Amino acid sequence: MTQFPTLVPDTVGEPDQDSTMILNMGPQHPSTHGVLRLILEIDGETVLRLRPEIGYLHTGIEKTCEAKFYQQVVPLTDRIDYLCPMTNNLAYCLAVEKLLGMEIPPKAQWMRVLMNELTRINSHLVWLGTHAMDLGAMTVFLYCFREREDVLRFFEMVSGQRMMTSYFRIGGLALEPPIGFFEKVKKFADRFPGNVDEYENLLTGNPIFMMRTKGIAYLSAEDAVALGACGPTMRGSGIDIDLRRDAPYTGYENFKFKVPVRTEGDVFARYLCRVQELRESIGIVQQALAGMPEGPIKADSPKVVLPDREKMKTQMEALIYHFKIITEGFTVPAGEVYQAIESPRGEMGYYVVSDGTAKPYRVHMRGPSFANLRALATMCEGQLIADVIAAIGSIDVVVGDIDR
Amino acid sequence: MALAPPITNIEELKSHPALGRLVGWNASVVQEAKFDREELTIWVAKESIREVAAILRDSSDCPFNYLADLTCVDWYPSEPRFEVVYHLLSISKKERVRLKVRLDGSSPAIESVTSVWPAADFYEREVFDLFGVRFTGHPNLKRILMPDDWEGHPMRKDYPVEGYR
Repeated sequence: MTQFPTLVPDTVGEPDQDSTMILNMGPQHPSTHGVLRLILEIDGETVLRLRPEIGYLHTGIEKTCEAKFYQQVVPLTDRIDYLCPMTNNLAYCLAVEKLLGMEIPPKAQWMRVLMNELTRINSHLVWLGTHAMDLGAMTVFLYCFREREDVLRFFEMVSGQRMMTSYFRIGGLALEPPIGFFEKVKKFADRFPGNVDEYENLLTGNPIFMMRTKGIAYLSAEDAVALGACGPTMRGSGIDIDLRRDAPYTGYENFKFKVPVRTEGDVFARYLCRVQELRESIGIVQQALAGMPEGPIKADSPKVVLPDREKMKTQMEALIYHFKIITEGFTVPAGEVYQAIESPRGEMGYYVVSDGTAKPYRVHMRGPSFANLRALATMCEGQLIADVIAAIGSIDVVVGDIDR
Repeated sequence: MALAPPITNIEELKSHPALGRLVGWNASVVQEAKFDREELTIWVAKESIREVAAILRDSSDCPFNYLADLTCVDWYPSEPRFEVVYHLLSISKKERVRLKVRLDGSSPAIESVTSVWPAADFYEREVFDLFGVRFTGHPNLKRILMPDDWEGHPMRKDYPVEGYR
Protein backbone atom coordinates (compact mmCIF):
# COMPACT_ATOMS: atom_id res chain seq x y z
CA MET A 1 0.00 0.00 0.00
CA THR A 2 1.34 3.39 -0.94
CA GLN A 3 1.73 6.03 1.71
CA PHE A 4 -0.09 9.24 0.97
CA PRO A 5 1.26 12.50 2.35
CA THR A 6 -0.97 14.36 4.78
CA LEU A 7 -1.64 18.05 4.44
CA VAL A 8 -0.99 20.41 7.29
CA PRO A 9 -2.60 23.81 7.94
CA ASP A 10 -0.87 26.49 5.93
CA THR A 11 0.83 29.09 8.09
CA VAL A 12 3.19 30.55 5.52
CA GLY A 13 3.17 34.30 5.81
CA GLU A 14 2.62 34.25 9.57
CA PRO A 15 6.16 34.29 10.94
CA ASP A 16 6.20 32.92 14.44
CA GLN A 17 9.78 31.76 14.73
CA ASP A 18 12.66 34.18 14.94
CA SER A 19 14.95 32.21 12.66
CA THR A 20 12.79 32.22 9.54
CA MET A 21 11.99 34.95 7.10
CA ILE A 22 9.24 35.47 4.55
CA LEU A 23 10.37 36.18 0.99
CA ASN A 24 7.97 37.28 -1.68
CA MET A 25 8.73 36.18 -5.23
CA GLY A 26 6.59 37.67 -7.97
CA PRO A 27 4.02 38.42 -9.30
CA GLN A 28 6.38 40.62 -11.32
CA HIS A 29 9.43 38.41 -11.54
CA PRO A 30 11.02 37.29 -14.81
CA SER A 31 11.51 33.69 -13.76
CA THR A 32 7.93 33.02 -12.69
CA HIS A 33 6.74 32.88 -16.32
CA GLY A 34 3.82 35.24 -15.98
CA VAL A 35 2.09 36.65 -12.96
CA LEU A 36 2.71 33.80 -10.57
CA ARG A 37 3.44 34.82 -7.00
CA LEU A 38 5.25 32.54 -4.59
CA ILE A 39 5.59 33.21 -0.90
CA LEU A 40 8.63 31.48 0.52
CA GLU A 41 9.39 30.86 4.15
CA ILE A 42 13.16 30.65 4.26
CA ASP A 43 15.85 29.85 6.74
CA GLY A 44 19.00 31.37 5.31
CA GLU A 45 19.05 30.14 1.72
CA THR A 46 16.89 27.09 2.39
CA VAL A 47 13.19 27.08 1.54
CA LEU A 48 11.19 25.64 4.40
CA ARG A 49 7.80 26.07 2.84
CA LEU A 50 6.41 27.53 -0.32
CA ARG A 51 2.94 28.82 -0.98
CA PRO A 52 1.74 29.77 -4.47
CA GLU A 53 -0.55 32.79 -4.54
CA ILE A 54 -2.59 32.71 -7.71
CA GLY A 55 -5.50 34.56 -9.25
CA TYR A 56 -3.72 37.59 -10.71
CA LEU A 57 -4.80 36.53 -14.19
CA HIS A 58 -8.28 35.31 -13.25
CA THR A 59 -10.68 36.49 -15.93
CA GLY A 60 -13.69 34.31 -15.19
CA ILE A 61 -13.59 32.44 -18.49
CA GLU A 62 -15.73 29.61 -17.07
CA LYS A 63 -18.43 32.12 -16.16
CA THR A 64 -18.20 33.83 -19.56
CA CYS A 65 -18.69 30.46 -21.31
CA GLU A 66 -22.11 30.09 -19.70
CA ALA A 67 -23.30 33.25 -21.47
CA LYS A 68 -22.10 32.23 -24.95
CA PHE A 69 -23.36 29.86 -27.63
CA TYR A 70 -21.44 26.61 -27.94
CA GLN A 71 -19.52 27.74 -31.02
CA GLN A 72 -18.64 31.08 -29.41
CA VAL A 73 -16.73 29.33 -26.63
CA VAL A 74 -14.01 28.08 -29.03
CA PRO A 75 -12.14 31.44 -29.19
CA LEU A 76 -12.24 31.66 -25.39
CA THR A 77 -10.47 28.33 -25.05
CA ASP A 78 -7.45 29.69 -26.96
CA ARG A 79 -6.86 32.20 -24.24
CA ILE A 80 -6.63 29.73 -21.38
CA ASP A 81 -3.31 28.21 -22.28
CA TYR A 82 -1.87 30.62 -24.79
CA LEU A 83 1.10 28.40 -25.64
CA CYS A 84 -1.03 25.52 -26.87
CA PRO A 85 -4.21 27.06 -28.29
CA MET A 86 -5.04 24.13 -30.55
CA THR A 87 -4.89 21.62 -27.72
CA ASN A 88 -7.53 23.60 -25.89
CA ASN A 89 -9.65 23.98 -29.02
CA LEU A 90 -9.41 20.24 -29.51
CA ALA A 91 -10.40 19.30 -25.97
CA TYR A 92 -13.45 21.56 -26.06
CA CYS A 93 -14.53 20.51 -29.56
CA LEU A 94 -14.17 16.82 -28.68
CA ALA A 95 -16.28 17.31 -25.56
CA VAL A 96 -19.10 19.02 -27.46
CA GLU A 97 -18.89 16.51 -30.31
CA LYS A 98 -19.22 13.73 -27.76
CA LEU A 99 -22.29 15.44 -26.31
CA LEU A 100 -23.76 15.72 -29.81
CA GLY A 101 -22.75 12.17 -30.79
CA MET A 102 -21.08 13.55 -33.90
CA GLU A 103 -18.54 11.82 -36.11
CA ILE A 104 -15.64 13.68 -37.67
CA PRO A 105 -14.32 12.89 -41.18
CA PRO A 106 -10.85 11.26 -41.33
CA LYS A 107 -9.05 14.18 -42.95
CA ALA A 108 -10.18 16.53 -40.18
CA GLN A 109 -9.00 14.02 -37.58
CA TRP A 110 -5.56 13.66 -39.15
CA MET A 111 -5.22 17.41 -39.53
CA ARG A 112 -6.11 17.71 -35.85
CA VAL A 113 -3.36 15.27 -34.92
CA LEU A 114 -0.87 17.09 -37.16
CA MET A 115 -1.68 20.54 -35.76
CA ASN A 116 -1.85 19.23 -32.22
CA GLU A 117 1.68 17.83 -32.45
CA LEU A 118 2.98 21.05 -34.00
CA THR A 119 1.37 22.83 -31.04
CA ARG A 120 3.20 20.50 -28.67
CA ILE A 121 6.47 21.31 -30.41
CA ASN A 122 5.68 25.03 -30.19
CA SER A 123 4.90 24.79 -26.49
CA HIS A 124 7.92 22.64 -25.65
CA LEU A 125 10.21 25.03 -27.56
CA VAL A 126 9.02 27.98 -25.47
CA TRP A 127 9.48 25.89 -22.34
CA LEU A 128 12.97 24.74 -23.35
CA GLY A 129 14.12 28.24 -24.29
CA THR A 130 12.86 29.95 -21.14
CA HIS A 131 13.85 27.10 -18.83
CA ALA A 132 17.41 27.12 -20.17
CA MET A 133 17.56 30.90 -19.98
CA ASP A 134 16.46 30.82 -16.33
CA LEU A 135 19.45 28.59 -15.71
CA GLY A 136 21.85 30.83 -17.59
CA ALA A 137 21.97 29.26 -21.05
CA MET A 138 21.07 32.14 -23.32
CA THR A 139 21.89 30.58 -26.70
CA VAL A 140 19.28 27.84 -26.48
CA PHE A 141 16.57 30.47 -26.17
CA LEU A 142 17.53 32.02 -29.50
CA TYR A 143 17.69 28.64 -31.23
CA CYS A 144 14.30 27.55 -29.85
CA PHE A 145 12.57 30.75 -30.87
CA ARG A 146 14.03 30.39 -34.38
CA GLU A 147 12.20 27.06 -34.84
CA ARG A 148 9.13 28.30 -32.98
CA GLU A 149 8.82 31.04 -35.58
CA ASP A 150 8.48 28.35 -38.27
CA VAL A 151 5.71 26.63 -36.33
CA LEU A 152 3.89 29.91 -35.78
CA ARG A 153 4.04 30.54 -39.53
CA PHE A 154 2.27 27.21 -40.07
CA PHE A 155 -0.42 28.32 -37.65
CA GLU A 156 -0.73 31.55 -39.58
CA MET A 157 -1.03 29.66 -42.86
CA VAL A 158 -3.97 27.53 -41.75
CA SER A 159 -5.83 29.94 -39.50
CA GLY A 160 -4.59 33.46 -40.20
CA GLN A 161 -3.42 33.80 -36.59
CA ARG A 162 -0.11 33.09 -34.94
CA MET A 163 -1.31 32.46 -31.41
CA MET A 164 -5.08 32.61 -30.89
CA THR A 165 -5.83 30.22 -33.70
CA SER A 166 -9.38 28.90 -33.08
CA TYR A 167 -8.67 26.57 -36.00
CA PHE A 168 -10.61 23.56 -34.74
CA ARG A 169 -14.36 24.03 -34.78
CA ILE A 170 -17.19 21.90 -33.50
CA GLY A 171 -17.61 19.36 -36.30
CA GLY A 172 -14.21 19.69 -37.95
CA LEU A 173 -11.85 22.44 -39.04
CA ALA A 174 -12.37 26.08 -39.90
CA LEU A 175 -10.64 26.04 -43.30
CA GLU A 176 -8.87 23.78 -45.77
CA PRO A 177 -5.09 24.00 -45.33
CA PRO A 178 -3.68 26.25 -48.10
CA ILE A 179 -1.78 25.02 -51.17
CA GLY A 180 1.84 24.28 -50.35
CA PHE A 181 1.18 23.83 -46.64
CA PHE A 182 2.05 20.15 -46.43
CA GLU A 183 5.29 20.61 -48.41
CA LYS A 184 6.44 23.32 -46.01
CA VAL A 185 5.61 21.23 -42.93
CA LYS A 186 7.44 18.28 -44.53
CA LYS A 187 10.57 20.39 -45.03
CA PHE A 188 10.40 21.53 -41.41
CA ALA A 189 9.83 17.99 -40.13
CA ASP A 190 12.87 16.70 -42.04
CA ARG A 191 15.07 19.42 -40.61
CA PHE A 192 13.78 19.53 -37.03
CA PRO A 193 15.49 16.42 -35.51
CA GLY A 194 18.81 18.08 -36.36
CA ASN A 195 17.70 21.16 -34.45
CA VAL A 196 16.85 19.06 -31.41
CA ASP A 197 20.38 17.64 -31.60
CA GLU A 198 21.62 21.22 -31.50
CA TYR A 199 19.70 21.96 -28.29
CA GLU A 200 20.83 18.73 -26.71
CA ASN A 201 24.46 19.43 -27.60
CA LEU A 202 24.18 22.65 -25.65
CA LEU A 203 22.37 21.25 -22.61
CA THR A 204 22.23 17.49 -22.06
CA GLY A 205 25.93 16.96 -21.40
CA ASN A 206 26.61 20.48 -20.16
CA PRO A 207 28.15 20.23 -16.65
CA ILE A 208 26.67 23.57 -15.48
CA PHE A 209 23.19 22.62 -16.66
CA MET A 210 23.49 19.16 -15.08
CA MET A 211 24.61 20.61 -11.75
CA ARG A 212 21.66 22.97 -11.76
CA THR A 213 19.13 20.23 -12.57
CA LYS A 214 20.27 16.78 -11.41
CA GLY A 215 18.80 15.75 -8.08
CA ILE A 216 16.98 19.08 -7.77
CA ALA A 217 13.29 19.40 -6.85
CA TYR A 218 12.73 15.69 -6.39
CA LEU A 219 9.18 14.38 -6.65
CA SER A 220 8.54 10.74 -5.80
CA ALA A 221 6.11 8.62 -7.81
CA GLU A 222 3.74 8.34 -4.82
CA ASP A 223 3.70 12.10 -4.33
CA ALA A 224 3.17 12.71 -8.04
CA VAL A 225 0.03 10.55 -8.00
CA ALA A 226 -1.28 11.80 -4.66
CA LEU A 227 -0.77 15.47 -5.51
CA GLY A 228 -2.36 15.08 -8.92
CA ALA A 229 0.69 16.00 -10.98
CA CYS A 230 0.36 15.21 -14.67
CA GLY A 231 2.13 15.12 -17.99
CA PRO A 232 5.95 15.22 -18.15
CA THR A 233 6.06 16.11 -14.44
CA MET A 234 4.49 12.74 -13.72
CA ARG A 235 6.40 10.80 -16.36
CA GLY A 236 9.63 12.22 -15.00
CA SER A 237 8.76 10.52 -11.71
CA GLY A 238 8.33 7.12 -13.30
CA ILE A 239 4.56 6.94 -13.84
CA ASP A 240 3.91 5.62 -17.33
CA ILE A 241 0.80 7.46 -18.49
CA ASP A 242 0.01 9.27 -21.71
CA LEU A 243 -3.61 9.80 -22.71
CA ARG A 244 -2.73 9.76 -26.40
CA ARG A 245 -1.80 6.09 -26.00
CA ASP A 246 -4.00 5.05 -23.07
CA ALA A 247 -7.27 6.71 -24.06
CA PRO A 248 -6.84 7.57 -27.75
CA TYR A 249 -8.88 10.42 -29.16
CA THR A 250 -9.18 11.97 -32.62
CA GLY A 251 -7.45 9.01 -34.27
CA TYR A 252 -4.26 8.75 -32.19
CA GLU A 253 -4.67 4.96 -32.24
CA ASN A 254 -3.41 5.05 -35.85
CA PHE A 255 -0.02 6.48 -34.90
CA LYS A 256 3.06 4.81 -33.54
CA PHE A 257 5.09 6.63 -30.91
CA LYS A 258 6.94 5.97 -27.68
CA VAL A 259 6.13 7.52 -24.34
CA PRO A 260 9.36 8.66 -22.67
CA VAL A 261 9.42 7.85 -18.96
CA ARG A 262 12.24 8.56 -16.49
CA THR A 263 12.41 7.37 -12.92
CA GLU A 264 14.77 9.95 -11.37
CA GLY A 265 11.97 12.41 -10.51
CA ASP A 266 14.19 15.50 -10.67
CA VAL A 267 14.37 18.55 -12.94
CA PHE A 268 16.78 16.79 -15.29
CA ALA A 269 14.43 13.81 -15.72
CA ARG A 270 11.57 16.12 -16.66
CA TYR A 271 13.89 17.88 -19.10
CA LEU A 272 14.84 14.58 -20.75
CA CYS A 273 11.18 13.52 -21.02
CA ARG A 274 10.22 16.72 -22.78
CA VAL A 275 13.17 16.73 -25.17
CA GLN A 276 12.39 13.13 -26.12
CA GLU A 277 8.77 14.13 -26.64
CA LEU A 278 9.93 16.70 -29.19
CA ARG A 279 11.44 13.86 -31.21
CA GLU A 280 8.35 11.65 -30.83
CA SER A 281 6.09 14.52 -31.86
CA ILE A 282 7.99 15.15 -35.05
CA GLY A 283 7.66 11.41 -35.76
CA ILE A 284 3.89 11.71 -35.42
CA VAL A 285 3.94 14.76 -37.72
CA GLN A 286 5.83 12.71 -40.33
CA GLN A 287 3.28 9.87 -40.06
CA ALA A 288 0.38 12.30 -40.33
CA LEU A 289 1.90 13.89 -43.46
CA ALA A 290 2.55 10.51 -45.06
CA GLY A 291 -0.93 9.14 -44.47
CA MET A 292 -3.08 12.27 -44.80
CA PRO A 293 -6.44 11.09 -46.21
CA GLU A 294 -8.49 12.99 -48.77
CA GLY A 295 -12.04 14.12 -48.21
CA PRO A 296 -14.11 16.72 -46.41
CA ILE A 297 -12.81 18.65 -43.40
CA LYS A 298 -16.22 19.18 -41.76
CA ALA A 299 -18.87 16.77 -40.57
CA ASP A 300 -22.01 16.54 -42.67
CA SER A 301 -24.30 18.15 -40.13
CA PRO A 302 -25.75 21.39 -41.55
CA LYS A 303 -27.52 22.35 -38.31
CA VAL A 304 -24.24 22.46 -36.37
CA VAL A 305 -21.44 23.11 -38.84
CA LEU A 306 -21.36 26.44 -40.70
CA PRO A 307 -21.70 26.02 -44.48
CA ASP A 308 -18.85 26.92 -46.82
CA ARG A 309 -18.70 30.57 -47.80
CA GLU A 310 -19.34 29.71 -51.44
CA LYS A 311 -22.48 27.70 -50.66
CA MET A 312 -23.73 30.34 -48.26
CA LYS A 313 -23.64 32.93 -51.04
CA THR A 314 -25.28 30.77 -53.72
CA GLN A 315 -27.72 28.41 -51.97
CA MET A 316 -30.82 29.52 -50.11
CA GLU A 317 -30.81 26.58 -47.71
CA ALA A 318 -27.18 27.10 -46.72
CA LEU A 319 -27.89 30.78 -46.10
CA ILE A 320 -30.78 29.89 -43.78
CA TYR A 321 -28.65 27.45 -41.78
CA HIS A 322 -25.83 29.98 -41.58
CA PHE A 323 -28.22 32.64 -40.29
CA LYS A 324 -29.77 30.29 -37.74
CA ILE A 325 -26.44 29.05 -36.35
CA ILE A 326 -25.09 32.58 -36.01
CA THR A 327 -28.21 34.09 -34.43
CA GLU A 328 -29.66 31.22 -32.39
CA GLY A 329 -26.79 28.75 -32.04
CA PHE A 330 -27.58 25.05 -32.06
CA THR A 331 -29.06 22.98 -29.28
CA VAL A 332 -27.09 20.17 -27.68
CA PRO A 333 -28.84 17.17 -26.06
CA ALA A 334 -28.82 17.32 -22.27
CA GLY A 335 -26.00 15.44 -20.60
CA GLU A 336 -22.47 15.83 -19.40
CA VAL A 337 -19.06 14.86 -20.67
CA TYR A 338 -15.52 14.92 -19.29
CA GLN A 339 -13.05 14.89 -22.14
CA ALA A 340 -9.39 14.65 -21.15
CA ILE A 341 -6.56 14.97 -23.65
CA GLU A 342 -2.79 15.05 -23.34
CA SER A 343 -1.70 18.66 -23.59
CA PRO A 344 2.03 19.54 -23.58
CA ARG A 345 1.72 20.04 -19.81
CA GLY A 346 -0.41 17.01 -18.98
CA GLU A 347 -4.06 16.11 -18.65
CA MET A 348 -6.20 18.92 -20.05
CA GLY A 349 -9.80 18.09 -19.19
CA TYR A 350 -12.99 19.79 -20.26
CA TYR A 351 -16.12 19.07 -18.26
CA VAL A 352 -19.11 20.32 -20.23
CA VAL A 353 -22.68 20.10 -18.91
CA SER A 354 -25.58 20.67 -21.27
CA ASP A 355 -29.18 21.33 -20.25
CA GLY A 356 -30.49 20.96 -23.79
CA THR A 357 -30.25 24.63 -24.80
CA ALA A 358 -27.89 26.44 -27.18
CA LYS A 359 -25.58 27.63 -24.40
CA PRO A 360 -23.45 25.37 -22.20
CA TYR A 361 -24.81 25.11 -18.67
CA ARG A 362 -21.35 24.68 -17.21
CA VAL A 363 -17.88 24.49 -18.69
CA HIS A 364 -15.06 23.55 -16.36
CA MET A 365 -11.45 23.41 -17.48
CA ARG A 366 -9.12 21.12 -15.63
CA GLY A 367 -5.83 22.85 -16.26
CA PRO A 368 -2.65 20.76 -16.06
CA SER A 369 -0.63 23.68 -14.67
CA PHE A 370 -3.11 24.12 -11.82
CA ALA A 371 -2.54 20.49 -10.81
CA ASN A 372 1.23 20.67 -11.23
CA LEU A 373 1.44 23.83 -9.16
CA ARG A 374 0.26 21.91 -6.09
CA ALA A 375 3.19 19.54 -6.59
CA LEU A 376 5.60 22.50 -6.84
CA ALA A 377 5.09 23.35 -3.17
CA THR A 378 6.08 19.82 -2.18
CA MET A 379 9.09 19.51 -4.47
CA CYS A 380 10.60 22.85 -3.35
CA GLU A 381 10.60 22.13 0.38
CA GLY A 382 14.16 21.89 1.63
CA GLN A 383 15.65 23.23 -1.61
CA LEU A 384 17.71 26.38 -2.10
CA ILE A 385 16.08 29.55 -3.36
CA ALA A 386 18.01 29.38 -6.64
CA ASP A 387 16.63 25.86 -7.21
CA VAL A 388 13.08 27.12 -6.95
CA ILE A 389 13.72 28.84 -10.29
CA ALA A 390 14.73 25.51 -11.82
CA ALA A 391 11.68 23.82 -10.30
CA ILE A 392 9.24 26.39 -11.70
CA GLY A 393 10.74 25.95 -15.13
CA SER A 394 10.60 22.18 -14.87
CA ILE A 395 6.84 21.97 -14.32
CA ASP A 396 6.29 24.40 -17.22
CA VAL A 397 3.64 26.66 -15.69
CA VAL A 398 1.37 28.78 -17.84
CA VAL A 399 -0.45 31.18 -15.59
CA GLY A 400 -3.37 31.62 -17.97
CA ASP A 401 -4.04 27.93 -17.55
CA ILE A 402 -3.92 28.18 -13.74
CA ASP A 403 -6.10 31.24 -13.24
CA ARG A 404 -8.51 30.93 -16.17
CA MET B 1 -23.80 8.21 -34.99
CA ALA B 2 -26.94 8.31 -32.87
CA LEU B 3 -26.63 8.59 -29.13
CA ALA B 4 -27.34 5.39 -27.23
CA PRO B 5 -29.92 5.78 -24.44
CA PRO B 6 -28.33 6.03 -20.99
CA ILE B 7 -28.32 2.96 -18.73
CA THR B 8 -29.51 3.69 -15.20
CA ASN B 9 -30.06 0.19 -13.81
CA ILE B 10 -27.46 -0.42 -11.08
CA GLU B 11 -27.61 -4.20 -11.57
CA GLU B 12 -26.63 -3.87 -15.25
CA LEU B 13 -23.70 -1.59 -14.45
CA LYS B 14 -22.18 -3.70 -11.68
CA SER B 15 -19.45 -4.96 -13.99
CA HIS B 16 -17.75 -1.56 -13.79
CA PRO B 17 -15.03 -1.89 -11.12
CA ALA B 18 -15.97 1.29 -9.23
CA LEU B 19 -19.68 0.51 -8.94
CA GLY B 20 -19.10 -3.16 -8.24
CA ARG B 21 -16.72 -2.25 -5.44
CA LEU B 22 -19.11 0.29 -3.87
CA VAL B 23 -22.16 -1.97 -4.05
CA GLY B 24 -20.12 -4.83 -2.63
CA TRP B 25 -18.97 -2.62 0.27
CA ASN B 26 -22.22 -0.90 1.20
CA ALA B 27 -25.05 -0.73 -1.33
CA SER B 28 -26.90 1.98 0.61
CA VAL B 29 -24.34 4.70 -0.23
CA VAL B 30 -25.11 4.44 -3.96
CA GLN B 31 -28.12 6.62 -4.65
CA GLU B 32 -28.13 6.44 -8.43
CA ALA B 33 -25.92 5.42 -11.30
CA LYS B 34 -25.94 6.36 -14.93
CA PHE B 35 -23.93 5.20 -17.91
CA ASP B 36 -24.19 7.80 -20.61
CA ARG B 37 -21.90 8.61 -23.56
CA GLU B 38 -19.49 5.93 -22.37
CA GLU B 39 -18.98 7.60 -18.99
CA LEU B 40 -20.17 6.25 -15.67
CA THR B 41 -21.62 8.60 -13.06
CA ILE B 42 -22.38 7.48 -9.52
CA TRP B 43 -24.39 9.60 -7.10
CA VAL B 44 -23.31 8.85 -3.56
CA ALA B 45 -24.70 9.85 -0.17
CA LYS B 46 -23.29 13.12 1.11
CA GLU B 47 -22.38 11.81 4.56
CA SER B 48 -20.15 9.02 3.28
CA ILE B 49 -18.14 10.77 0.56
CA ARG B 50 -14.84 10.49 2.42
CA GLU B 51 -15.31 6.78 3.12
CA VAL B 52 -16.37 6.17 -0.49
CA ALA B 53 -13.26 7.97 -1.66
CA ALA B 54 -11.02 5.88 0.58
CA ILE B 55 -12.71 2.63 -0.49
CA LEU B 56 -12.24 3.42 -4.16
CA ARG B 57 -8.64 4.57 -3.68
CA ASP B 58 -7.65 1.43 -1.78
CA SER B 59 -9.48 -1.03 -4.02
CA SER B 60 -7.04 -3.83 -4.80
CA ASP B 61 -8.08 -4.79 -8.34
CA CYS B 62 -8.68 -1.27 -9.69
CA PRO B 63 -7.41 1.48 -7.37
CA PHE B 64 -8.77 4.90 -8.23
CA ASN B 65 -5.67 6.57 -6.85
CA TYR B 66 -5.73 9.71 -8.99
CA LEU B 67 -8.15 12.58 -8.49
CA ALA B 68 -8.25 14.10 -11.96
CA ASP B 69 -10.71 16.88 -11.26
CA LEU B 70 -13.06 18.23 -8.64
CA THR B 71 -15.67 20.84 -9.44
CA CYS B 72 -19.23 21.90 -8.80
CA VAL B 73 -22.41 22.59 -10.75
CA ASP B 74 -25.07 25.01 -9.55
CA TRP B 75 -28.64 23.97 -10.45
CA TYR B 76 -30.24 27.17 -9.13
CA PRO B 77 -33.18 27.60 -8.51
CA SER B 78 -33.98 23.88 -8.13
CA GLU B 79 -33.13 21.94 -4.95
CA PRO B 80 -30.83 20.25 -4.05
CA ARG B 81 -28.99 23.13 -5.56
CA PHE B 82 -25.34 22.08 -5.80
CA GLU B 83 -23.69 19.01 -7.22
CA VAL B 84 -20.03 18.48 -6.31
CA VAL B 85 -18.38 16.44 -9.05
CA TYR B 86 -15.29 14.23 -8.63
CA HIS B 87 -13.50 12.77 -11.64
CA LEU B 88 -11.36 9.79 -10.71
CA LEU B 89 -8.81 7.88 -12.72
CA SER B 90 -7.17 4.57 -12.06
CA ILE B 91 -3.61 4.97 -13.29
CA SER B 92 -2.88 1.24 -13.51
CA LYS B 93 -6.18 0.18 -15.13
CA LYS B 94 -6.88 3.43 -17.04
CA GLU B 95 -10.50 3.40 -15.87
CA ARG B 96 -12.45 6.55 -15.15
CA VAL B 97 -15.47 7.22 -12.99
CA ARG B 98 -17.39 10.30 -12.00
CA LEU B 99 -18.74 10.67 -8.46
CA LYS B 100 -21.44 13.17 -7.65
CA VAL B 101 -22.84 14.46 -4.40
CA ARG B 102 -25.96 16.57 -4.09
CA LEU B 103 -25.99 19.47 -1.61
CA ASP B 104 -28.72 21.82 -0.38
CA GLY B 105 -28.52 25.47 -1.26
CA SER B 106 -29.08 26.86 2.25
CA SER B 107 -25.71 26.12 3.79
CA PRO B 108 -23.78 23.81 1.47
CA ALA B 109 -21.09 21.83 3.28
CA ILE B 110 -19.41 18.50 2.69
CA GLU B 111 -16.53 16.58 4.16
CA SER B 112 -13.17 17.28 2.55
CA VAL B 113 -11.38 14.50 0.66
CA THR B 114 -7.92 16.05 1.10
CA SER B 115 -7.05 13.27 3.56
CA VAL B 116 -7.67 10.73 0.78
CA TRP B 117 -6.25 12.62 -2.20
CA PRO B 118 -4.03 15.59 -1.24
CA ALA B 119 -4.59 16.75 -4.83
CA ALA B 120 -8.04 17.93 -3.71
CA ASP B 121 -6.42 20.80 -1.81
CA PHE B 122 -6.53 23.46 -4.56
CA TYR B 123 -9.69 22.12 -6.18
CA GLU B 124 -11.70 22.34 -2.98
CA ARG B 125 -10.42 25.84 -2.37
CA GLU B 126 -11.51 26.78 -5.86
CA VAL B 127 -15.01 25.37 -5.36
CA PHE B 128 -15.23 27.13 -2.00
CA ASP B 129 -14.11 30.38 -3.60
CA LEU B 130 -16.36 30.32 -6.65
CA PHE B 131 -19.43 28.44 -5.34
CA GLY B 132 -19.36 28.95 -1.58
CA VAL B 133 -19.42 25.25 -0.75
CA ARG B 134 -17.67 24.60 2.58
CA PHE B 135 -15.38 21.57 2.90
CA THR B 136 -15.18 20.52 6.53
CA GLY B 137 -11.81 19.20 7.54
CA HIS B 138 -9.91 21.01 4.80
CA PRO B 139 -6.64 22.20 6.37
CA ASN B 140 -6.58 25.58 4.67
CA LEU B 141 -9.97 26.60 3.29
CA LYS B 142 -9.33 30.08 1.90
CA ARG B 143 -10.18 31.87 -1.31
CA ILE B 144 -7.77 30.96 -4.09
CA LEU B 145 -8.63 32.83 -7.28
CA MET B 146 -10.60 35.84 -6.03
CA PRO B 147 -9.17 38.43 -3.63
CA ASP B 148 -9.54 37.60 0.07
CA ASP B 149 -12.02 40.44 0.68
CA TRP B 150 -14.28 39.58 -2.26
CA GLU B 151 -17.98 39.38 -1.52
CA GLY B 152 -20.12 36.64 -3.04
CA HIS B 153 -19.28 33.57 -5.07
CA PRO B 154 -19.01 34.41 -8.77
CA MET B 155 -19.77 31.03 -10.34
CA ARG B 156 -23.17 30.79 -8.69
CA LYS B 157 -25.99 31.10 -11.20
CA ASP B 158 -27.60 33.99 -9.31
CA TYR B 159 -24.40 36.02 -9.63
CA PRO B 160 -24.61 38.20 -12.78
CA VAL B 161 -22.10 37.54 -15.56
CA GLU B 162 -21.05 41.21 -15.64
CA GLY B 163 -20.70 41.26 -11.84
CA TYR B 164 -22.41 43.74 -9.56
CA ARG B 165 -21.91 47.30 -10.73
